[in-house]
Amino acid sequence: MTEAVLRPGVRFLSQQAVEQIIDEAIELLQKAGIFVENEEALKLLEEAGQKIDRRKSRVFIERSLVEECLKTCPSEIRLFDLDGSREYLVGRDEIHFDPGSAAIKILDPATLKEREAVTTDLVTLYQLVETLENLDFQSTALVSADVPEEMADIYRLYLGLLFSRKPFVTGIFRVESLKPMLDLLVAVRGDEKTLAEKPLAIFDACPSPPLKWSRLTAQSLIDCSRLGVPSELIPMGLTGATSPVTLAGTLVQQLAESFCGLVICQLARPGAPVIFGGSPAGFDMRKGTTPMGAPETMMIDCAFAQIAKHLGFPTHAYMGLSDSKLVDAQAGLETAMGATLAALAGINVISGAGMLNFESTQSLEKLVIDNDICGQALRLVRGITLREKPLALHLFADLGPDFNFLVLPHTRKWYRQEHYFSSVLDRDVYDTWTALGRLDIFERAGKEITRRLSLYQRPELCLEKAGELKKIMKAYAGSCGLEQLPEAGG
Amino acid sequence: MKPELNKHLQDLSQAIIQGLVDEAGPLAEKALTEELPPLQVIEQACVPAIEEVGRLWEAGDYFLPELIAGAEAMKAAMAVLQEALKSSGQSLKSAGRVVIGTVEGDIHDIGKNLVASMLRASGFEVIDLGADVKVEKFVEVAASEEADIIALSALLTTTMLNQKKVVELLVSRGLKDKFTVMVGGAPVTEKFAREIGADGYGESAVQAVSVARKLMARRGGNHD
Repeated sequence: MTEAVLRPGVRFLSQQAVEQIIDEAIELLQKAGIFVENEEALKLLEEAGQKIDRRKSRVFIERSLVEECLKTCPSEIRLFDLDGSREYLVGRDEIHFDPGSAAIKILDPATLKEREAVTTDLVTLYQLVETLENLDFQSTALVSADVPEEMADIYRLYLGLLFSRKPFVTGIFRVESLKPMLDLLVAVRGDEKTLAEKPLAIFDACPSPPLKWSRLTAQSLIDCSRLGVPSELIPMGLTGATSPVTLAGTLVQQLAESFCGLVICQLARPGAPVIFGGSPAGFDMRKGTTPMGAPETMMIDCAFAQIAKHLGFPTHAYMGLSDSKLVDAQAGLETAMGATLAALAGINVISGAGMLNFESTQSLEKLVIDNDICGQALRLVRGITLREKPLALHLFADLGPDFNFLVLPHTRKWYRQEHYFSSVLDRDVYDTWTALGRLDIFERAGKEITRRLSLYQRPELCLEKAGELKKIMKAYAGSCGLEQLPEAGG
Repeated sequence: MKPELNKHLQDLSQAIIQGLVDEAGPLAEKALTEELPPLQVIEQACVPAIEEVGRLWEAGDYFLPELIAGAEAMKAAMAVLQEALKSSGQSLKSAGRVVIGTVEGDIHDIGKNLVASMLRASGFEVIDLGADVKVEKFVEVAASEEADIIALSALLTTTMLNQKKVVELLVSRGLKDKFTVMVGGAPVTEKFAREIGADGYGESAVQAVSVARKLMARRGGNHD
């Protein structure tokens, strides 16, 4: 049958605007340069013949080097799940949702206040996300407060690998954690070569706006590239504060920072996988805050993805999250708008589900609701399929006064593929809704968490690898002054 | 009724309110060439103008860019006027001495810079230690500079605990009564400030000024 489907899309820039932004970004790196506070990266750039002001760690990158790196960077990445059987294409217009990462607090549903998260919260979150069918990836979404700060980054990945089948979006807080975190991934895959062939995690690396790659983030780019682990570049300009106030101006800076990241990765290993992402925000000039749910934030994200796609890169954005402090109407509005636009823009990795309060608070209830929001967004971009030919003519053969479509085999054949069924949105008639206790979506989400957690099954491989992972984690925890790891349960 | 302001004073006042950074300095000079005493220029034009900027901010008419421009224009005018005061052998009464910085582990300095600008514009002497400042450094500089107030900024919930460490260090060195501590930053709340034993908390840069003034009054008046 014909499957001529238009993928609905959204674009914010004309072709001419895309080219102008690319051109200015390259010129910016050439003229203003960029700070790279990492000796190894500076050495790579120096060996590649770039002009460097050593005293200021400032590099002036030539157009020819950027253009060369554009050629060696792959346009698609394939991530694989825990046992290496399921493949996820990161590229083209494929979209994958994952929870917003590195929240430092969790919203307590009993008190409706945020509180610090501990080991059991992380485990519950990972288990829940495993059951959320519209989130393809896990992210190291919470920071655990019951272990020393020095091991907070690796600990969340360690717990994640103990309980998850889905690939991870993660990253480091300290340069010392990089090696043991990569060791954890190698341990799961068996050896470095297999990890390079079947990446299990993406590492986020955030340049510091304006125009700086720190020691930590540049090292992450270099080490991940050498291992074949994908780096996700996350520039985070704030319009009018740490980047130009105009959206187009911020795009120029974001692209320049990304180009520099790309160059570092490609110099470390030509062909290294890189995702062009970001967490910019339309800075709020009244409150001095960084609203992730603002339309300008989403416009920068979508436009940047458009530019990255034009250049042939996999893309990412922090979209589908909210600045609200509660799971309320604002949370729904901002999340749905972001997730929908991101899906329409064809952004490959969309991080944000579950997140509240400017990327700092996770909520399990919101994760469940956002799973539905992501499901609806995924439905939108699957578009309108022409399932049969003729499309409908043949269905009216028995047309009469009592005719309806419920009985048709055609209905039964297609209804599940044509329609998205949500798990927590209310579509009951009023009396049923009343009989069920007049619950709002937050309360229904709470019940849904319990139901889903009861379905969770721990992957076999997690149990098999647990001992080996624990050994790596324990050794590192020891160096951070922690002898006994908190009980992870399971 | 207030007397009509002299035109030069009016122009200068307007320049500060409108944040005309390039015009404020020359307008201050012009007022001086008209033989207006520098103290009168400060008291009748500059101070009311920066207060008006603060009022417009609190009323929601001004946003951050206007607030910063106002503080910068004030700074430009005050540079000229303080020079004139000095050469006439006078000096401006300091509203207080403040050591300010973003605490260790935190590189965010936009908010801190804003508070520093507003404090300076409001007559405080400000010693800005920058961002990612070690706990000890706050205490050492406050002692060596004979500061009145230590102002601590933090943007991250992970680093706001270092504000507490500064207070703890002051207590352990028996200096808690010598310096007044004020805290601020996006995750900081009045309750947190109380819990860690800080003396004051401001929600915005404009509030920081009124908090600092109150704290100075409580310390028993201004510096000479």
